[in-house]
Amino acid sequence: MDDALLRSLIPEVIAILCRRGADFAAAEDAVQDALVEALRVWPADPPRDPKGWLVAVAWRRFIDAARAEASRRHREELVDREPAPGPVTTTDDTLQLYFLCAHPSLTPASAVALTLRAVGGLTTQQIARAYLVPEATMAQRISRAKRTIAGVRLTAPGDLATVLRVLYLVFNEGYSGEVDLAVEAIRLTRQLAGMTTDEEVAGLLALMLLHHARRAARTSPDGRLVPLAEQDRSLWDTRLIAEGVDVLQAALARDRLGEYQAQAAIAALHADALTADETDWVQIVEWYDELVRLTDSPVVRLNRAVAVGQADGARAGLAALAELDPALPRHAAAAAYLHERDGDLVTAARLYAEAASAAANVPERDHLTREAARLNAQLRARS
Amino acid sequence: MAKYLLLKHYRGAPEAVNDVPIEQWTPEEFEAHMQYMRDFMKRLEGSGEFVDADALAPKGEWVRYDGPGRPPVTDGPFAETKDLIAGWMIIDVDSHERAVELAGELSAAPGAGGRPIHEWLELRPFLADEAPAVTE
Repeated sequence: MDDALLRSLIPEVIAILCRRGADFAAAEDAVQDALVEALRVWPADPPRDPKGWLVAVAWRRFIDAARAEASRRHREELVDREPAPGPVTTTDDTLQLYFLCAHPSLTPASAVALTLRAVGGLTTQQIARAYLVPEATMAQRISRAKRTIAGVRLTAPGDLATVLRVLYLVFNEGYSGEVDLAVEAIRLTRQLAGMTTDEEVAGLLALMLLHHARRAARTSPDGRLVPLAEQDRSLWDTRLIAEGVDVLQAALARDRLGEYQAQAAIAALHADALTADETDWVQIVEWYDELVRLTDSPVVRLNRAVAVGQADGARAGLAALAELDPALPRHAAAAAYLHERDGDLVTAARLYAEAASAAANVPERDHLTREAARLNAQLRARS
Repeated sequence: MAKYLLLKHYRGAPEAVNDVPIEQWTPEEFEAHMQYMRDFMKRLEGSGEFVDADALAPKGEWVRYDGPGRPPVTDGPFAETKDLIAGWMIIDVDSHERAVELAGELSAAPGAGGRPIHEWLELRPFLADEAPAVTE
């Protein structure tokens, strides 16, 4: 049986049940029941129309459950409301399901879990393993999320920006188990991009593809972080880069710029350079200027300062950095890098050590510690 | 979605406000304290923020390599000379603010006289093993 096909049908079937009047949580439960039934029945007796089969079985389960719970009158109302069976276009329904799972009333953690479960079709256990929390915790997170959105109607237009933020959160989790969340985020964003012409959806998809293309080069076989400038560019996935660039160009051509498109443009300029030295830093700075205008984010300003350091020299980068709050994440790392390029190894070594102690993850901390050690060894050799 | 370790220290931290040693509490006060902790964990399970928790025995010792062919050196147990960890809890929350809020609630567990202990808890963020995808 084709698991990927089965999983891709889940959001559509849930969405159809919701549109027919089922509450989200009940719809989700009914679809899970139908999936179990499918796993039992399909190997011996595959249906001609898998989606139609799932809708029919899930709807029957839902009615059974409603019947068991609700009063006779309520049940009859539901049955009464049931539309005639038949083929249904589900693109809009699935889009609504994305909105529901990323509803602004949910915390980011809940929205992520619900999206992976209802839209991605992952099991609670798979999601729990990916996030390294107990399965019971993840089950609670999901059921709380369901309760939170219990009264939300599927008809209201949703906030696409929230959906994109949730998908980007999933993407940035990388992978830490059987489920590769980056791949899952790309799959879901690709699906979303097929349902809407929004430029920022395309921008996010392009950004994910361009980042993902570099994944094999980003860490060495022994798990060390490899900075962009030192990456073996022959390891970059040219097929993903080409796709990312195509998606981005089509979006940019529509002339409605947003932050994901601008970030993707920067990633594309990095991907475009055959060697680190050939990177078009001047254009990258221009894109950072756009990003600052779009987001006014201090983190973006920090990245811009590093790009200025590449385009106009380390002094210019340090001047841009001096205008920012030293408490920003990675401020010390950026300052260390620019001071080293400026020839001040003593300051750079001190700042790398400071940055290492503030790092939020192990590969980054180890990388920064190594940088400090490298400079200190150079300084000792000199004296 | 960031994990934090909440550390309860037997000693080493600044004094709690309601600083009566646990063995001098009444059994009811002790039970109320334990129930508060159980309720707290139960609530975090319900909110999808609980990861793990456990208690540690007060005896502990330092161990050190002492050269090839020799048994490791231990310095103890001389428990009274050192800080000790009484127990820990791991939470998985949306923000640092939320972690501080929860640590504050745990610190309010009742002690002597049924009043909150106001003990100091150490709050330590986890380092992730995976580098974030977008650091470049």
